[in-house]
Amino acid sequence: MKKTFTCIICPKGCEIETETGGEAPVITGYSCVRGKRYAEAEVTNPVRTLTTTVRLRSGLMLPVRTAAPVPKSMLFRCMEAVKAIELPEGPVKAGDVVAEDLCGTGVKLVACADGQ
Amino acid sequence: MIREIQEPAEKQKIARTILEALPDWFGIEESREGYIKESANLPFFVIGSGPEDLATVKELYERGVKNGVEGLYVVGKEELHRMEAGLSDEFDCALVAPTGALVCPYELTFAAVGNAMDNGVELLLNFAVTSIDDDGSRYTVTAADGRKITASCVVNCAGIYADEVARMAGDDSIKITPRRGEYILLDKAEGNCCSHTIFRTPTKMGKGILISPTVDGTLILGPTSEDIEDKEDKSVTQEGIDRILSQVRPEMPKVNTGSVIRSFTGLRAVGNTGDFIINNPFGRFVNVAAIESPGLSSSPAIGVYVAEMVRKLTGDPARKQSHVRTRRSLHWFRDLSHEEKTKLIASEPAYGHMICRCESVTEGEIIYAITQNPKATDMDGIKRRTRTQMGHCQGGFCGPFITKILADTMGIPFEKVTKHGRESYLNVGKTK
Amino acid sequence: MKSFDPEKNEYCYDAVVVGGGPAGMSAALELYDNGIKDVLIIERDVKLGGILNQCIHPGFGIEMFKEELTGPEFSGRIEAKVREYGIECALRSMVLSVDPDLTVTATSPDRGVYTVRTGAVILAMGCRERPRGALNTPGTRPAGIFTAGAAQRYVNVYGYLPGREVVILGSGDIGLIMARRMTLEGAHVKAVCEIMSYSGGLARNIEQCLNDFNIPLLLSHTVVETHGKDRLTGVTIAEVETVPGKGRVPVKGTEQYIPCDTLLLSVGLIPENELTRKCGIPLSRVTKGPEVDQHRETEVPGIYACGNVLHVHDLADFAAEEARIAGKAAAKRVKELRASGQWPCDSDCAEAEAEDLGNAQGRFTAKLHTDGKVRYVVPQRISAKEDVKVYFRVSDVFNDPTLVVRCPAIEYPDGSGEPLLLFRKRYAKLIPGTMQSVTLTREMLDRVPDSYTIEFGLV
Repeated sequence: MKKTFTCIICPKGCEIETETGGEAPVITGYSCVRGKRYAEAEVTNPVRTLTTTVRLRSGLMLPVRTAAPVPKSMLFRCMEAVKAIELPEGPVKAGDVVAEDLCGTGVKLVACADGQ
Repeated sequence: MIREIQEPAEKQKIARTILEALPDWFGIEESREGYIKESANLPFFVIGSGPEDLATVKELYERGVKNGVEGLYVVGKEELHRMEAGLSDEFDCALVAPTGALVCPYELTFAAVGNAMDNGVELLLNFAVTSIDDDGSRYTVTAADGRKITASCVVNCAGIYADEVARMAGDDSIKITPRRGEYILLDKAEGNCCSHTIFRTPTKMGKGILISPTVDGTLILGPTSEDIEDKEDKSVTQEGIDRILSQVRPEMPKVNTGSVIRSFTGLRAVGNTGDFIINNPFGRFVNVAAIESPGLSSSPAIGVYVAEMVRKLTGDPARKQSHVRTRRSLHWFRDLSHEEKTKLIASEPAYGHMICRCESVTEGEIIYAITQNPKATDMDGIKRRTRTQMGHCQGGFCGPFITKILADTMGIPFEKVTKHGRESYLNVGKTK
Repeated sequence: MKSFDPEKNEYCYDAVVVGGGPAGMSAALELYDNGIKDVLIIERDVKLGGILNQCIHPGFGIEMFKEELTGPEFSGRIEAKVREYGIECALRSMVLSVDPDLTVTATSPDRGVYTVRTGAVILAMGCRERPRGALNTPGTRPAGIFTAGAAQRYVNVYGYLPGREVVILGSGDIGLIMARRMTLEGAHVKAVCEIMSYSGGLARNIEQCLNDFNIPLLLSHTVVETHGKDRLTGVTIAEVETVPGKGRVPVKGTEQYIPCDTLLLSVGLIPENELTRKCGIPLSRVTKGPEVDQHRETEVPGIYACGNVLHVHDLADFAAEEARIAGKAAAKRVKELRASGQWPCDSDCAEAEAEDLGNAQGRFTAKLHTDGKVRYVVPQRISAKEDVKVYFRVSDVFNDPTLVVRCPAIEYPDGSGEPLLLFRKRYAKLIPGTMQSVTLTREMLDRVPDSYTIEFGLV
């Protein structure tokens, strides 16, 4: 099966073509190794970095991200899991781990900024 | 504030009774100056082209003189273009009314209502009147939500709904037709394009669309004029926008009509008598209806007139002794010197925290608007009192900040903050 | 030379940076790196970072840090450096005016209304979103119509959802980002309408913000009417076509009603230049930012501009990079003023000193023009023969274009003349959404006579 899509790895936005069905997917149109890796994942198990927020005890929001990309199909389930997170008392530092294993993905959720 | 220059003589009589002629209301110079704000003496223009228009201009001049308007004069082409360089070359004469002035319509209204409240008047909002009953000595006025108030006298100032309210009291004589007037507001960068309020010579088709600087330095174009059925229909139409732009572009070719910051619609209450309807049809019920243009200019005089009617109807009650006669202008803070501001900020730091960068409005001024009579309770209320959200970002930047200040100052949940009351909520709930 | 006069509530700093976003912070760092350490950053918000504080999505830092960061992480890294250097920041502090004599007036809760005299001012106020009014959409004016950035602040900073059924007008990057963000937070984004036949957003954002969530992108469509009294109840959209002389107009009969409670606007960004305009600095009609030379110096000597206040960048990385150019030039200026004994100075001589420096730099000038296909270039003028990186954007989608940089006609003493070609480059595709850059080398500029025009065009 042929598929064309835009690479999301960097702002360049290369048009990548993939052909699956044979032994290994045939990938063309990328211009870097990371793009090739992205395209391979895209036809086997597409993944995305999730960024969202967790409510701080002050009432404002703390920006958070997954430390690594999670399966695209898991995004909404991860969002539900993030909603349930309650932060401990005290300040949070950028880089602090907010959840060890988000929604069974094995990926950490980390704070992107300082917060109270 | 927008005024039309030619009106039936009887309206003119009231219209000319401006603030200074009302010592009872605006007798104290300090507060009067506050109301009039920086309302520089901007003459009104009526412009024309060709001999037909010259005849109209002369006729208007004569009518004005007969009505006692001071300082009117007619200018020819050269002088006209010296006074207003941006005008199209096609115009060759104008009637100049140097006693004309601009006033901020919001501030005048807030000042009048706020001063009344400072003197004990209660303001009930979201009180849509559904019935008025008279037991011979007292009226009972009922709202849609069931609230009731009783009063010995009722004054009907219900604007486009004045006919319906009169009918509830038993007066079927009034019919109000909403007349849609669409306006376009241009950025402050265009405010300098024109230094006078400019009217076309009136034709059978109507008084036309005017071009006017505002007291805030923006440029306003409009209104259109269209009688409609729906009293709630404040929508802006493509036809209206096109009509305004197609007239203004040839008149003022230099105005950049691309710098529109907002277009909006107001509904004027047009009555069935061709005049203001101010009467006492029966009992202790007073109508103040069909106050169409120049309604705002006439309102102080109408107020004095109606107060006198009410006084007679209610058995001449004693005058209040402890009347509060002065009021701080909504602009009191921005008019302070840097030193005065610094002194104030030292004790009230919120006045040092700028929230609106387009119009330079501080957190302190926003809180003042929420706590000062008549208290702002929603985003539009803040906007009309402080000019936040009125600049070129139209609230895109300051809106969320103001939402937070409103919620915190009023002590209500963030998601209960509305744009203009009722169900106009800005947010539907917490994300988490 | 930091000092404070409590009598006049007046401070003195070597340099003042207006705005503490990525550009402002980077400019301050560059000043410091070049030996100018008494710098004041004036920031209106409670913390540094500017708009990046609400840009919680990834996509930042690839150019600058060689890794993909979120907005807060990207600005956090720059801010850490500002802290490490101990550069002074006035927070919750808003600049009211910048005067041509390099006096800055600002207000803040803890300083009151104060002034700062300085040797150089760097403007880094960023940009703002175009409001809906600029579009003059017919219809009612209910709640539920927001710029994408305002919605972003409601969701990401305060944690409130501005609506559940959403239509987005304009496919700028913030609109695309908010389509994904609102979807993840449980809203239903029904469509993104784009009046142009192409999106101005990055291709990767269309892929990961719209395609990932099956959100339709309706090109050549616009909102022709808004409905609802208190809260928005729906919008009418229609296809648009280009009519000569009238621009893009809705096609009758293609109207379509979409029920929704929210309309987000992502219809463009405009550099925030109120202070610049009030200072009397000439602005470009195209970029809406000040016209600058290769050092990002405006027409007023000693006042520099960088980042989105100068022209809207597609990446924060480039805004920060540009700020380094301005910071370096401002540092050089302050050092020259010091060396010549003109700084610190009493207030009277500020203007004279500024002029002197301007003349000293005025030995070579070239104006940069565009042919319209190239929409704009920054800088707009070059004041010295040195390597100059020129940023440009194109006005439409061009396939297989060639950029031609030339002097339209060089005249020789004998009266003959000919165009002088400086540079050619072929591109596979150029689109308005992506900023491009080329470097004019010193060698190229050596061939350009003084006071000539260099034209950027596409063939």
